[in-house]
Amino acid sequence: MSEIPTDLRYTSSHEWVRLEEDGSVTVGITDHAQDALGDLVFVELPEIGIALSQGDACCVVESVKAASDIYMPISGEVLDTNQALVDEPEIINNSSYDDGWIFKIQPDDEDDIEQLMDASTYESELEDE
Amino acid sequence: MPFIPHTEEEINEMLSVIGIDSIENLFDEIPAHLKIDGLEKVPPGLNEMSVNRLMQRRAAQDGQPLCFLGAGAYDHHIPAAVWQIATRGEYYTAYTPYQAEASQGTLQLTYEFQSMMTALTGLDVSNASLYDGATALAEAVLMAVRSNRKSKSRKILIPRSVNPSYTKVTETIVKHQNIELVNVDFDAATSKTTLEHLNKFNGEDITAVVISQPNFFGTLEDVDAITNWAHENNTIVIAVVNPLSLAILRPPGEWGETGADIAVGDGQPLGAPMSSGGPYYGFMCCKQAYVRQMPGRIVGRTVDQQGREGFVLTLQAREQHIRRSKATSNICTNQGLVVTASTIHMSLLGPEGLKQTALSCHANTQKMVETLSAIEGVEVVFDQPRFHEAVLKLNRSASAVLHKLAQQNILGGLDLSELYADMEDHILVCATELRIDEDIEIFASALAAALKEAE
Amino acid sequence: MLIFEHSASGRKTRIQSTSGNEMPTDIPAELLRTSKPGLPEVSEMQAVRHYTSLSQKNFSIDTHFYPLGSCTMKHNPRACNSLAMLPGFLSRHPLAPEENSQGFMACMYELQEMLCDVTGMAGFSLTPMAGAQGEFAGVAMIRAYHDANGDTERKEILVPDAAHGTNPATATMCGFSVKEIPTKADGDVDVDALKAAVGPQTAGLMLTNPSTLGVFERKIEEIAKIVHQAGGLLYYDGANLNAILGKIRPGDMGFDVIHSNLHKTFSTPHGGGGPGSGAIGVAERLKPFMPLPVVTREGDNYRWLTEKDAPQSIGRMSAFMGNAGVLLRAYVYMRLLGREGMQRVSEFSTLNANYMMAQLKARGFQAAIPDRYASHEFIITLKKQAKELNVSAMDFAKRLLDLGYHAPTTYFPLLVPECLLIEPTESEAKEMLDGFVEAMVQIQHEAETDADMLHNAPYTMPVNRLDEVRAAKQLDLAWSDESN
Repeated sequence: MSEIPTDLRYTSSHEWVRLEEDGSVTVGITDHAQDALGDLVFVELPEIGIALSQGDACCVVESVKAASDIYMPISGEVLDTNQALVDEPEIINNSSYDDGWIFKIQPDDEDDIEQLMDASTYESELEDE
Repeated sequence: MPFIPHTEEEINEMLSVIGIDSIENLFDEIPAHLKIDGLEKVPPGLNEMSVNRLMQRRAAQDGQPLCFLGAGAYDHHIPAAVWQIATRGEYYTAYTPYQAEASQGTLQLTYEFQSMMTALTGLDVSNASLYDGATALAEAVLMAVRSNRKSKSRKILIPRSVNPSYTKVTETIVKHQNIELVNVDFDAATSKTTLEHLNKFNGEDITAVVISQPNFFGTLEDVDAITNWAHENNTIVIAVVNPLSLAILRPPGEWGETGADIAVGDGQPLGAPMSSGGPYYGFMCCKQAYVRQMPGRIVGRTVDQQGREGFVLTLQAREQHIRRSKATSNICTNQGLVVTASTIHMSLLGPEGLKQTALSCHANTQKMVETLSAIEGVEVVFDQPRFHEAVLKLNRSASAVLHKLAQQNILGGLDLSELYADMEDHILVCATELRIDEDIEIFASALAAALKEAE
Repeated sequence: MLIFEHSASGRKTRIQSTSGNEMPTDIPAELLRTSKPGLPEVSEMQAVRHYTSLSQKNFSIDTHFYPLGSCTMKHNPRACNSLAMLPGFLSRHPLAPEENSQGFMACMYELQEMLCDVTGMAGFSLTPMAGAQGEFAGVAMIRAYHDANGDTERKEILVPDAAHGTNPATATMCGFSVKEIPTKADGDVDVDALKAAVGPQTAGLMLTNPSTLGVFERKIEEIAKIVHQAGGLLYYDGANLNAILGKIRPGDMGFDVIHSNLHKTFSTPHGGGGPGSGAIGVAERLKPFMPLPVVTREGDNYRWLTEKDAPQSIGRMSAFMGNAGVLLRAYVYMRLLGREGMQRVSEFSTLNANYMMAQLKARGFQAAIPDRYASHEFIITLKKQAKELNVSAMDFAKRLLDLGYHAPTTYFPLLVPECLLIEPTESEAKEMLDGFVEAMVQIQHEAETDADMLHNAPYTMPVNRLDEVRAAKQLDLAWSDESN
């Protein structure tokens, strides 16, 4: 069973979202997603400063067998990206919820996070897969 | 029965294992009224002897004319070993190397091919080939649009001196993707694309510019100036090159201050017979930074579980069988067998052999131009530094003259008026290393006679 | 050992003329190359030996049974190669005038006609250089047809979820969006889902029949009707044409446009990944949009159709006319088989597939669609083995190599877990099929007794499983002096 921290919010496309104290939002992919993809070999990060809407494909993670788009969980502007992933994409495999964060956004509306799934809903969705 | 090994006895045994009476039962799920009784236009089968006779006759019918025609397909010598080895069953009848352990031959050869192409072009990486030079240009345009993140215009500059059939194919392939192909005129006196023509796009958002070296007329372009202009404008440079010429010409990776970004072209001059236009192969090389936007297969070197060197298809996540509608291209094959031949060809020639071939092409073409331009009614157009093609203007109808030459089994060049409205009675001619002095003399006297007759 | 490692500076084969080695003075110095390109410098014998020994590291049809599903790895008759490589064909310049080309053009014209006949289409263009390019031509024609009718709102292509990845990739290249249609457990398209999906936005449906699941689509007429009534066109992916050759024709099933993989059905070589040919056939209403060139016959003469004849053509897809040499091979093959040989292709490829499926089922293997006849290919699913024995389809595939059989297609179609897609083709003899079945039984036994051993297979190949993660992360795509 994969790890699903209870303090995060989730999307059905397997992104996790964390609201930071400064009002920014950190985004990554879940433990389940990294496990399904296998050893990651490449991460294409979004452009800093770009404004995107919820559901837009904004970057790509790639393993030997698959490439998967990462979608904006909520609308906002990209503030920062995790440059460490450029040389070591495997950080996502090793630490998907911490060191393996992918990008940070300034949400258009912080309350949008409330629409996303909580841990138990995400967990039951995974069980249905 | 040709190519079917089953005996009557075996057929019956197999049917009984399946539990049916006749082979026809296996097609019971097909709606009966849709089945056909037989074919009409496919003739009854012939034995090998009869097909042999038919094909010998057809092949001989076309006469193997003396060829001074180029325009994208060139008559070169191919060492005997090339196709003898390439058509070994182990190369000829293998599939795409998806099972790497059982395909190390094709995979290593492809890695060697990629290494040779990067050496020739002076760029970092090469793919395992595309269909032909024209489709390689189309794919390069799509790749440039994906790669140039600074550009939003999806606007590509294509000089009119790029092989017109390459431009046409590119249009066919990219036209559904909101990409604008902008034609750029060339200088009427030299056929070159000059900064004067490009400067009017200064400051405009241009995604990429295509530079052909040599251009369609055989003329050498000022590639350094164009490359520098492009990079100052955040424009990607796509080089279209004849790979043979790279044995003597500066490679795209060394153009201008920072080199061209993508180089494509047709590999035909490196070991593929003219063969009515194919199979050839398109090659594509690029700078390392763009490798993940490159279409087609790529082979990488790695190790196995015991640390032994081995080769695999890599970066497959870009491709259609994984990315489906988001793939870099729908391409799945390359032109493997021709690449096999070409790799052997390059190994046999080596850097010296390739250089001497290129030098002989150049020297023979200069000789041809000199000899033909001495004929009354023949004038050299664009008298500029060239590789192995030239444009001549005739004082008679080009089509009539070419027709007369064809009747004497000489392909005297390409009538350019069909491609360029303003080039009436201009012909594009080519002499490769095979067109020795004697051939040029035959061409010259036939041309002189044809011009006289056409008076 | 790489060819570069046989190289010694200054060694040359002297196959090319050795006259003069001076750089030309009539070309400005800044345009000339200053460094020697890093090509190998080897003798002819070194090159011949190197590439001969490399070839021996390949499995191929000529050396091994190669039951790769959806790829039709049948025997490639040698006459097709030697006759296509007659000097008269090899030395023909693609732009040679028609008067010097009648022999070649006759072959191409007759090939077009024969392809029309076996597919039931009204016209054929031979120019696409691979299946994917044929697909592109076909979908581009669908777009051109709708555009010509002013029907510009048709922006969606329907594709069954069992389709090849090229189908959705092609639709995207032609500017369409893709909607997937589910397939039912019996292998047929979910007709209710199709009915719900079609509408004024539907440009067409791309379908492979028999499908990649190895069964014939029984409701094909109803499907054609649904799509046509919605105003869409029907595209036939010819990947599995081999299974129905001479029995039923795509044109009669209602398809408007098809591509035929000549490297599958008509036995041109796969060449280690090409060159292929994706000749494209059309119904009458799409004829004006065919890609150029096409050969036509006027009296006793053959002539190329150009833009003047076909102003609505989708254009040109290759610098000249596609993979002519491949087309000649297909032509020779079709002449050797003749009309009666075409039927035998589908009959015996189907017999072989169903025989193998019956034998494997009898030995305890699970077929993905057990209660229907297979087409010329069928799927074995190793879901049970994966779950109970922790042995995957990949493990079976790798172990088969040790036993002298090329692996079937694995993990395609994506719908079936742990699948092997097996296509024996008509040219294999019963002994070979029996041998393959025995090998599968042996591997099953090994899976039950020593699963770990299978995880590390193969053992007899030049290399065992390769580190693909390293290959993708530490990219080594070209040799250079510095890298060694």
